[in-house]
Amino acid sequence: MKKMIFIVGAIVLGGLLCGMFEAIHPFGVPEQTEMDEYFLLHALSDRSAQNVVTSMVFDFRGFDTLGEAAVLFTALSSISALFRDGGKHE
Amino acid sequence: MKPLSVIVLSVCDIFAWFMIVFGVYVINNGHNTPGGGFQGGAIVATFLSFILVARGGKRFVSWVRKGIYTFLEFVGLVAFFIFGCLGFPNSFFFNSVAIPYGAKPLSEWIPHCGTISLMNVAVGFEVVGALSLVIVHMYGSIRMIDTGAGMGGERGHDRFDR
Repeated sequence: MKKMIFIVGAIVLGGLLCGMFEAIHPFGVPEQTEMDEYFLLHALSDRSAQNVVTSMVFDFRGFDTLGEAAVLFTALSSISALFRDGGKHE
Repeated sequence: MKPLSVIVLSVCDIFAWFMIVFGVYVINNGHNTPGGGFQGGAIVATFLSFILVARGGKRFVSWVRKGIYTFLEFVGLVAFFIFGCLGFPNSFFFNSVAIPYGAKPLSEWIPHCGTISLMNVAVGFEVVGALSLVIVHMYGSIRMIDTGAGMGGERGHDRFDR
């Protein structure tokens, strides 16, 4: 019985995945390109940064980068807590 | 970890310092050339790995000061937040200090791209501190296992329970 449920579940899941891949957007054919074009055109003229990636990371998506920096800080805090010296040794 | 041969030491002496210069260059020019704070910081942090592998553990431990790297990391994160907040007049974390391309800069000391380059440097500081500290801590843990100092019980957060 359990096996049957598992098989049916697997088939349903596989069908859903196939449907998802059918409905996925075709690669390289974006629907709305206004935002992409805005970033590419205004990265140099407004932000004065020749490196578009940097203007994206530190400016248009600066809040996201703050989160990344916080993640790095948290990871280091965890590593410090995990690997620190165990105090007095006998 | 034992020091390596004289050839490796000589190459390391030349190359390790070059890595710092190159990393600082990548951080400083992140707004114009490929790279940036994260990438440059990682390059600078390889300096400690060079020292550890070539010079050996004893020299590494006697040479490294954890406080400096902790300070760098803390200052980097706080500075990044402060520079990001300079964009408050426009919107949060959106660079309003940037001078449009072609316009006359206010001063040669103020970067053309506003806070982007300053945030780059701040992130560079943080990544240098964090990755270097990761190397230091992990090597410290290996050393404790080698010498048996930390064996026979769990270390870390629950050390006070024993």
